[in-house]
Amino acid sequence: MIDTSQPLVEAVNMSKYFDCGKNRILKAADDVSFSICRGSTLGLVGESGCGKTTTGRVAVRLYNPTDGKIMFEGRDVHSLRGQDLREFRKKAQMIFQNPYASLNPRMTVGDVIAEGMDIHRIAGRRERVDRVNELLSLVGLAAEHSGRFPHEFSGGQRQRIGIARALAVEPEFIVCDEPISALDVSIQSQIVNLLTDLQREFNLTYLFISHDLRMVRYVSHRVAVMYLGSIVEIADSDQLYANALHPYTQALLSAVPTPDPRTERSRRRLLLEGDVPSPINPPEGCRFESRCSRSKAICRELRPSLRTIEGSHSVACHLL
Amino acid sequence: MERLLEVRGLEVSFRTYGGEVQAVRGVSFDVDYGESVAIVGESACGKTVTAQSLMSLIPAPPGKIGGGSIKFSGVELTALSDRQMEKYRGSEIGIIFQDPMTSLNPVMRVGDQIAEVLRKHRSLSRAEAHNRACEMLEMVGIPEPAERIRQYPHEFSGGMRQRVMIAIALACQPRLLIADEPTTSLDVTIQAQILELMKDLQKRLGAAIILITHDLGIVANLAERVLVMYAGRIIESGSSDDVFYHPAHPYTWGLLRSVPGIDSDKSQRLVSVDGTPPDLFAPPAGCAFAVRCERAMRLCYERYPEESEVESAARGAAVHKAACWLVHPEVRALMPQLEVPAG
Repeated sequence: MIDTSQPLVEAVNMSKYFDCGKNRILKAADDVSFSICRGSTLGLVGESGCGKTTTGRVAVRLYNPTDGKIMFEGRDVHSLRGQDLREFRKKAQMIFQNPYASLNPRMTVGDVIAEGMDIHRIAGRRERVDRVNELLSLVGLAAEHSGRFPHEFSGGQRQRIGIARALAVEPEFIVCDEPISALDVSIQSQIVNLLTDLQREFNLTYLFISHDLRMVRYVSHRVAVMYLGSIVEIADSDQLYANALHPYTQALLSAVPTPDPRTERSRRRLLLEGDVPSPINPPEGCRFESRCSRSKAICRELRPSLRTIEGSHSVACHLL
Repeated sequence: MERLLEVRGLEVSFRTYGGEVQAVRGVSFDVDYGESVAIVGESACGKTVTAQSLMSLIPAPPGKIGGGSIKFSGVELTALSDRQMEKYRGSEIGIIFQDPMTSLNPVMRVGDQIAEVLRKHRSLSRAEAHNRACEMLEMVGIPEPAERIRQYPHEFSGGMRQRVMIAIALACQPRLLIADEPTTSLDVTIQAQILELMKDLQKRLGAAIILITHDLGIVANLAERVLVMYAGRIIESGSSDDVFYHPAHPYTWGLLRSVPGIDSDKSQRLVSVDGTPPDLFAPPAGCAFAVRCERAMRLCYERYPEESEVESAARGAAVHKAACWLVHPEVRALMPQLEVPAG
């Protein structure tokens, strides 16, 4: 059930800068705003270094924003202290990209999954075992796996353990940071199906970060496209894929090869020239200007802000 | 007619502490002059090992080519000494590795790395090689080649480094180019640039390409013919159209359906292939895919189905073959009502 009355998570003009010394400032996320309704998925796409992961980490308060704020259930996450903060930590969880690095190799799978429960003092000794077994079966593993160590599992199984760990504290909001990119194709679809099933069962809210545009379209209700630290376009998923308006989104969609030889033979790609500029002291004006085929004088001078084009479709571009 | 490359019954294994891993278990295929062939499969299916053994790049020990033959324009490569093999490596056969970040020498100027191949194989003088390297950089689309040639790899971005790799691989105008996951570590917009470049260069230079990838989209974009590998064997081969539109092996079928299209129906669940690939320390006697296959019969667990030709509707120039009992003529003769999976 998607509740559209009030967003569960909201980013309000959120920025995160990293100081690289020598007067160099890396603007990983710059003035990012979005909102996610309870029970829905916001897909966040973009190329490497565009600030997707930083945005996700700020959203669960692994980083504090340099400017702006993250609202969770109507409260500024950064201002939470004590019991309120512990409550938030329980409600907001994260699934990481690399299932080989995100599990402690010296802890048994049962301990990995139960660690959050121990910290939040959720379960007693007996319940703990039951709960771990329940979580294991929920993600498609067996109870006898709880005594084993992470190295005994394949990548897909490890990602399932990571998902069980996130679910252990009964969260409402999960940031999935590239949860499938380290996995093989046939395993990817298993994990995606698992995530969508869990969403339906527990009414979870996801921020789904990925560079795989096909998968993002499949799992997300809304999709935001990031380029060099800013959101350039945000819309309902079907709307975005059918009617992309920002030149970067159009190029990105055109660049994705489809598994269909006939379409591939017949279609013409919008090829972007050059590379993404450095996010250290990024250009004034539109961040995409240097690669945009339609750029005008104004694009160099003034940074476009997100404007609503129609309904829930917003684009940051001067040309529209 | 003589083929550019004929691989027959190739077997490669690696000795490890855990026992012997049979990475490639009897692979046979051909590549014609100027043809582009893709080898698809998931990690550890043996696709990279197959490619590396074509260039004798398997580290031995622990690796060992256990059997089979590799004929490159009539010459048996497995019988060559290291010294003789050097004539082919980089000259007749070029290779692009997956990771452009680690496959260039970080302490050598980019121009020298391209010139090195030319000086070795074409015995060009220093100045000639330098000029030719400059031309190569320009050909792969690097702006200001005269200045770039004096720079080091760390001054190049990932996409640019992959262009340099391509320049090195093509410097001697090889007849066969092996591209091992050439765009996996690159972003999609850069990937599109590199794929266009490879297609363009192939047209201009007429080299055959063996493309190794796990991305079916890239296969559809670049390859005329596809080999699908699973657990060290080729389980299906045919023209791209045959394999994409009339997949005969249940694994290919599952692989194609587990990728959502950019315009597919979102309300439908993704079809996933349950389970994981088998352990190649002790590969199963029968079909390696049987345990994950929804159509497995008892026969599948007991005996390996030899490749057989598939009668398919849209027959291209290439023969469409699959190693599956479902399409095997003997089984079909016994059970003609057996349904073959369709795309």
